[in-house]
Parts: sequence; structure tokens; C-alpha cells
Amino acid sequence: MNLDPEMMEIAKVFFEECKEGLDVMESGLLNLDASADRETINTIFRAAHSIKGGAATFGFAEVANFTHGVETLLDEMRNGKRAITPEGTQVLLQGCDCLREMMAATEEGRALDQARIEALNREIGEILAAPGVHAAAAAASEPPSTAGPAADERAAAGAQAAAPASAGVGAGWRIRFEPVPALLKLRNEPTRMFAELARLGELTVRADLGAVPALADIDPESCYLAWDLELRGEVSKSALDEIFDWVDPACRLTFMPFGPQDAAPAVAAPPPAAIAAPAAAPVAAATPAPRPVPAAPAPVAAPAQIAARAPVVTPAPVAVSAPAAAAAPAAAKASAEAGSIRVATEKVDHMINLVGELVITQSMLNRFADGVEPEDLERLRQGLAQLARNTRDLQESVMQVRMMPISFAFNRFPRLVHDLSRKLGKKVDLRLTGEGTELDKTVLEKISDPLVHLVRNSLDHGIETPERRLAVGKPESGLLELAAFHEGGNIIIEVRDDGGGLNKAKILAKARDRGLVDPNQELGEDQIHNLIFMPGFSTADQISDVSGRGVGMDVVRRNINDLGGQVQITSREGHGSVIRIRLPLTLAILDGQLVRVGSETYVISLLAIVETIQVRKDQLSTIAGRTELFRLREEYIPVIKLHEMFDVSGGRQATEDGLLVVVEADGKRVGLLVNDLLAQQQVVVKSLEKNFRQVRGLAGATILGDGTVALIIDVPGLIDRNSADELRAGAARAARSERRAVRAA
Amino acid sequence: MAKTILAVDDSVSMRQMVRYTLQGAGYTVVQACDGVEALELAKESRADLVLTDVHMPRMDGINLVRELRALPDYKFVPMLILTTESSQEKKVDGKRAGATGWIVKPFNPEQLLSTIAKVI
Amino acid sequence: MSDENSALTAMAQKGGKAQAGDAKQYLTFMLAGEEYGVDILRVQEIKGWDTATRIPRTPSYVLGVINLRGAVVPVLGLRQRFGLDTVDFGPTTVVIVLRANGSRGERTVGIVVDAVSEVYNIDEANLLAPPDECHTLGSRFVKALATVEKKMVILLDVDLLVADDAVAADAVLEVAAA
Repeated sequence: MNLDPEMMEIAKVFFEECKEGLDVMESGLLNLDASADRETINTIFRAAHSIKGGAATFGFAEVANFTHGVETLLDEMRNGKRAITPEGTQVLLQGCDCLREMMAATEEGRALDQARIEALNREIGEILAAPGVHAAAAAASEPPSTAGPAADERAAAGAQAAAPASAGVGAGWRIRFEPVPALLKLRNEPTRMFAELARLGELTVRADLGAVPALADIDPESCYLAWDLELRGEVSKSALDEIFDWVDPACRLTFMPFGPQDAAPAVAAPPPAAIAAPAAAPVAAATPAPRPVPAAPAPVAAPAQIAARAPVVTPAPVAVSAPAAAAAPAAAKASAEAGSIRVATEKVDHMINLVGELVITQSMLNRFADGVEPEDLERLRQGLAQLARNTRDLQESVMQVRMMPISFAFNRFPRLVHDLSRKLGKKVDLRLTGEGTELDKTVLEKISDPLVHLVRNSLDHGIETPERRLAVGKPESGLLELAAFHEGGNIIIEVRDDGGGLNKAKILAKARDRGLVDPNQELGEDQIHNLIFMPGFSTADQISDVSGRGVGMDVVRRNINDLGGQVQITSREGHGSVIRIRLPLTLAILDGQLVRVGSETYVISLLAIVETIQVRKDQLSTIAGRTELFRLREEYIPVIKLHEMFDVSGGRQATEDGLLVVVEADGKRVGLLVNDLLAQQQVVVKSLEKNFRQVRGLAGATILGDGTVALIIDVPGLIDRNSADELRAGAARAARSERRAVRAA
Repeated sequence: MAKTILAVDDSVSMRQMVRYTLQGAGYTVVQACDGVEALELAKESRADLVLTDVHMPRMDGINLVRELRALPDYKFVPMLILTTESSQEKKVDGKRAGATGWIVKPFNPEQLLSTIAKVI
Repeated sequence: MSDENSALTAMAQKGGKAQAGDAKQYLTFMLAGEEYGVDILRVQEIKGWDTATRIPRTPSYVLGVINLRGAVVPVLGLRQRFGLDTVDFGPTTVVIVLRANGSRGERTVGIVVDAVSEVYNIDEANLLAPPDECHTLGSRFVKALATVEKKMVILLDVDLLVADDAVAADAVLEVAAA
């Protein structure tokens, strides 16, 4: 298909729209049962209808054809011709899946899965072929309206008389047109129709004034005329039908073909249809002019008619005041587009980069201000403060463009839970809350898979079978809740279930068995529960058809950590579990604390920082002379000396000289030992991976006001490493795999 | 002054396609996403032609045509409904409600323009 | 930077010596007395050496990352990369910023060399395969050898140079650990 670039852009919008339409269909279908209200099925139907219409318009014929079957089935359900059955709904859901895949394939230019399409088409066809609700009555009263695109039914009612000649092409046509009085009210201009006819051949028009009443009785908006027309030329019936297509079926319209033999005297001969018209006076003299187009219709109408219709035909410009007319399109445009806009991600990203540069410029100016003469200083400061405010506002509003409601991620769950609970033989009520909570598009896209994993897990391992639930005195249906909300500059997503909860003893035994925990180590309840996120915890005996697939909870946690987020589980045996995911609002910008380590500058996310403490020697103890611990009130936290970890030259220092930045991730705390705290500022996060690669312990880089690059510390990554060190067996395991990897490399 | 066409469709891509085609042909296009919005816009300023989809949320195209025809300003304004090939019923409904005619979906830009040229 | 780039253009114009055949232009540079060349279409710019931010836990030849108009770009020391003796950076020391194709798309990487030298048109037909038996550290990045004005020029494969396992090593680690 050849679309110009603009149309290509519009087709892209169509693809996006289809995805949304399919989501609407799917969620509608999931709520669809015999008791569903009319609006539910109407909504589903409309979505299917739009997809079909758009697909056909943009030339995606296969998509349009397939959707046609789906639409027909929906239409019958909507009209009560066909009962809404779980089987029908299931087929329609599969239809959604199939369409989704077809759209994706079309968009990417891949081949379609013909076998799948045909199989589903067959299934839909079978349902449609089966007798419907009012089978008997329907069969008697109407043709099978469901059998695909209806045959061309365009013939105007009156034209049926001319049926024998319907395909005929002769020397010309005699046409008798007696419209209903209301013809003009529908804006079916006879003059325009005649102009069209004149384009097809040589046209002669005669008006029949027989029905025109006395002047006093004339309704200026009604049409009292009838016409006799003669069209010479090889014109097909269908071409005539097309011209009179819009004419009200109540109008009398006859087409009579005439052959070459009676063509010659045609002008003089009274047309057969006109016989009944006594006043067929040649008001307009037959004009055999070669170009009767503008001339022919004009003299046709009686003077009274022309006068009456004049203000209608040409809307007086004075009727619309000039400013109103000028303002109208703008106002209309605004209100039509206020709902939502679609912007290419690249454009938004570009804006974000620009704003990022602005942030850098601003902090550069701030540095410059330090060296300015005192008298100018105050004004400069004011200006800079203003700039800072503006920049921040601009930044926030631009970031806002990237924000999308989490419903985009949540929407897939009704279907997933529906399918999965069926498969597992469980009864589950899904409750979604906070679907309007917005988060960054990238975060949204990347959180989807981990959420699916967690939900599968809850269904598979959390919620019990109906029998088991009844036996322990719970309601038969389990409750699975997905909730999203804001909390202190973060987004929290919780996956809650009222299932069996985690079995503490089993987890601990398994973790010990796998060598993830030292046999003698004492662990608190939460610590034990969170062992499920340890690499190497999920193993073969846990893999089931539903949640296994070889990915463990450690992958879930790593994905969330990669987003700068954290995940934790709390659970009560017999009562259920809550998995809590904490995510940053955005990945692009971070509130950073700059710290000095030896001669180097690093950035730590302010969100991760709990507090900063001047370290005193008596607060430190060592384990086996190696791991240093710091006593923070009632708790011992491990200390990471950043200069050692990062091999900072000249950074060798005694622990007690430094500042300890206490950071927290996944509920665990460590102290990062640094030399100094520097400024706090917003930094634009730049990927190290883009041009280089990921580096452990670093979340990325940023450019400071002086143009140099500073590295951003990956707090969850460091804590993860540290706890791996803490749990000796785990560390040994990691080391082994690392050695393997080095050899492999 | 360029003729103003009020295009009503709940699908953004269809609206964009219609707008792009009509603007290219020199018409001014006002867009609405459903019957309710179209009715409001139509009251604000008179359009020379109304082009509406049938199936839309809130108010469908048939009802929109009916409502518009009842307005003095729209008594003689041509109104075309966009309909799919199979819905003969809708065409009749449309005519009863006061539509001038219809454009059968799918249509390409040329078909759209030639059909519109039939009425304005 | 702009001075050096106009110098680059000037060299490119001057270097119109061999026109016939499938001639390709190569930017050559000096490293420990030897002349190396890279496809000039891969050269984004040449800039003087400034400081780079060191990245911990990376091989010594990764000198660090620099800010290239808002992009964070790694800089590799080519002497270190080839296992040659390191020297103090002098006034001719430059960073050649290259565009390389990696598995994750195009990347921008800088290499530090002793000095830029010339731009040559080298006919593809006159390229010689590097001898199999040379196994120095740098030899695996050699695409071909060429003789220009009776001197040997060693042409390097830019993609191999920067997309080497060292730069992508962590990816391998990740896979093995997963």
C-alpha cells in the first residue's frame, strides 16, 4: 500500500488506536456475561467497528476482513439475536489476541499467521452458522444478514421497476423523478444530481409543474416539482443508481432504457413516464446544448421555488459574524484535542535532553555567580533564583509529558487472572485500585513483566484452591489486589493476596539447603521472607506451568532494581502476602547528593540516603578482622569504604576520619564511607551503557556544572553485593560463577 | 471563505485522515469526537457540511443528525454519514433522521472528496 | 576542536593522491612509532586530550569517560590497549572520537593516540591481509595492511577495537550469573 508520509503518520496513530481498542474489547469481554448491561456490549462492538473501519480505510484488508466476522458476532449479541455464552466470549477473546498479533505483524511488515486466522475465522463462522435466539422468526423474516458483507443493496426502491434492464447499456435513459416534498430539507439537491447526470451524457430536463399549488399555499421549503429527464449516452444502470443513491426511497423514480432506434425523435416524444403529467409544458425548452451542465438545472425550477430557496442555497455571509467565524475553528480545535495528545517518544526525549542542558547551564551560572562583584551579586542571585524556578517548572512539565497512568500496565491483568484461574481451577476476584496513578513511560513499560510474574506467583502459590479455602474457613474466592499510589515522591505498587502466605520454615530450610544462608545464622521473619528474592532460591521443584518458566524472584528484583526501585515482601502464614514495589517517578532525573571520595566526586541518590553521621571509632567493630560494622542505635550496619571499593588512588584513610552516609535499599541498610559531602543538586541521569557498558556498583553518570562527568552510585546494587558478601555461601557461589564467566570470556 | 466541514468520529486516526484529506482540498475542518461534542461545536458556529461516523459513544451519528436537523441553522446543511458496507439499515435510519447521504467505508481520499463535491 | 577538525578536512583534501578504483579514505595516526589507519567515515571528530573521569573496576586501558556535548563517552588508551609502553601525554596527544557498530547499535568511543598523521586514499585492491603468525595484543584488531609511499600503514577494524570483549565483558558475566 502506498501512503504518503503524512498518511503513514496517521496510520501509526491508527495502530496505537487499535491497541487501545483491543484493550477496550478485551476488558469489556471479560466483564461480559448474560447479565452485562447494553453499554458493555455496545462499547465492545464500537471498538471492533472502529478497527474494521480504520483497517479498511488504511488498506489493511486482511485485518478488516477478520474483524468483520468478530463484529458480526458482536452485532448479533448486541441485538439479542444471539445469546452471550462463555464459549462465544472465549472465541472473541481469542479474536482479540489474534487481531493484536495481526496488527503487530502488519505494523512491523511481517507475514500474518494465516493458519491461526483461518482457524478462528472457522470458529466464528460456526457460531454464526448455528441457529440464533430468534432462529425461527429470523429465518422467516430476513435473509441471513450475517453472511459477510451484504450484497450491493444500493438500488433505490423505485428503481426496482427497471429491473430487467438493470445491467443494460443502451443509447440512453428516460428518467422520471417525482420526489417527496421533503426532498430539499435533506439537502438532496436535484440540481446537483442533474449536474452529475449531465456529466455522464447529453441531458435533457423537463420540469413537471403539475403539483405546484397556488402561490399562497406554497411552503417555500417543500419541493412540488417532478422531472422528466432524458440522458443520451452509454450509461450503466449502476451509474444512475449511484447518483440517485441518496434519494429517499419514498420518492418515485423510474429508469427506462431506450435503444438507438427510438433515440432520434427522443426530444419530441413524450417520455412514457410523463404521460400522467398533464402540465408537462416545456418550461425549460429542451436544450440539446453540448454543455448543459450549468444551464440545464437552472431554468428548471419555478420562479417561486428559486426565490424561496435563494437564501438557502447561498448562506448569507452576514449571518455569521466575522470574529465568531474566525474564532470557531481555533476553539473547536482546542476542545477536540484537549483530551489527549499523542507525541512521538523521540520528540519528548529530545525535549527532556534540552531541559537537561538547561539544568546544566543553570548550575554553571550558579558557579560563576560566586566570582561576581558584591554590588551586582544580589541582582544576579535574584535572576538565578528565577532561572532556577523556571527551569524546575519547565522540567516538571516536560517530565509530565512522559507520565502515563499505571492502568496501561494493570489492564492486562483481568484477562490474565481470568485465564489463569480457570487453568488452575481457582476462584479469584481481582481488585485494581489507583489505576490513574501516573509514572514514567519507561518505568511503566519495564514494570509490566515483573508485575505479571508476581501476579502469576500469587495465583499459583499464594491463593489456595476453593476446597482448601473453604476448609480453612475462608471465602471460596480468593482476593488478589493490585494497588498503586504515591508515597513520599515515589510510586508504590502492591500485589496483595489473601492466600496461604509464605512458609517460613520451608523457606529457611531451602535457603540453607542451597547454601544461601549460613546454618547458624539467626534471621528475623522479614529477612527469611525476603530470601525468596535471592539468586538461586527459585529452583526446579518450583517450576510449574504457570509461574515457573525458569525465571525466579531474583530476576524480578533485579528488573525492579534496574528501574531504581525496590521490592519487599511481607507475609503472614495462612493469611496472605503483600509484595511492595517502590519505584521512582522517573528515571531521567535524580535528586543527588554529591560526595567526595579521595580526589573523585560521586553522586548518591538522595532518596536512598537515610542519614549522614560523623564516624566515631568506638562505634565500629569488625568481624573476623574484615567486615567492619557500625552501631547505629540498636542495629549493626555493614560499612562499605567507597575508596576501597572503587580503588580511589590516594584515598587510603582510617575509617574514623570520614563521614558515613547511611543508605537503604530493599529494607537493608549499609553505611558508605566518604571523605566529604558536597552539594545537593538535581542531576540528569546519563547511561554508561549507551557508549560503554554497565558497570557494577554504578547506576550511570551525569555531567556536573563544570562540564566534568561524575558517576552515580547504584545503592541497591552495592547493598546487594554487600549482603552477598555477608551470606558467605552465597558469595562463594557468586565467585564461582564469576570465575566461570571470566573463563568463558 | 473556505467551506467549513464538521467531521465527527471517535477514532483519532479516522479524524486525522479526514482532516488531512479535506484540508488538502482547501476546506476548513472542525473535528469532534462524538455527537455531544459535535452538537456543541455546531451550535457555536455553523458548518457548511457535517460528516459523521455512526457508532460513537455518548451520542451516535444518527442521533446527531436528528438533533442538528432540528436546529434552524442546520435545516438545509448537507449531512453525510460514514457507514460500513453492510449496514443498509443504517442508511435508512440515517435518511429518516435527516441525513443527506452517506459515504460507504472504507473510502479513500479521492472518494471522500468526490462525494463531498456532490453536496457542497 | 574545530581547529583540529578543519585540519582534518584540509588533510582530506590534500590526500587526493590515488583516485582510481575503490579507494577509501583512511585517517592515520602514530602510536609508538608505527602508523595506524582507521576508516575516515568512522571518525566523528578529533579533540585534544583533557581529563577523563576514571571508571572504577575497569581495565587500565579504559582511561575513563568524558563529556562530549552532553553525551558520556568512554575513552580508551590505545597504547595500553595494545600492551605498549605508556608515555606521558604531550602536546600532540589527541582523542580520536569514533563511531562503532556494536550489538546494541551505534556507539561513540574515543581512542587516545600519540598524534594524528595523514589522510590517505587507499585502494581496496592494494590491501594485504595481515600475516597469520603475528599474535601481539593489538594484532587481532588489524583489518589489513597497506603500503603508502613505501611505508606500511596498519588499518584497524573500528568495530572490533571498541566492541571487543573487554568493553562488553560485563554482559558475559551477567549471562553466566543468571
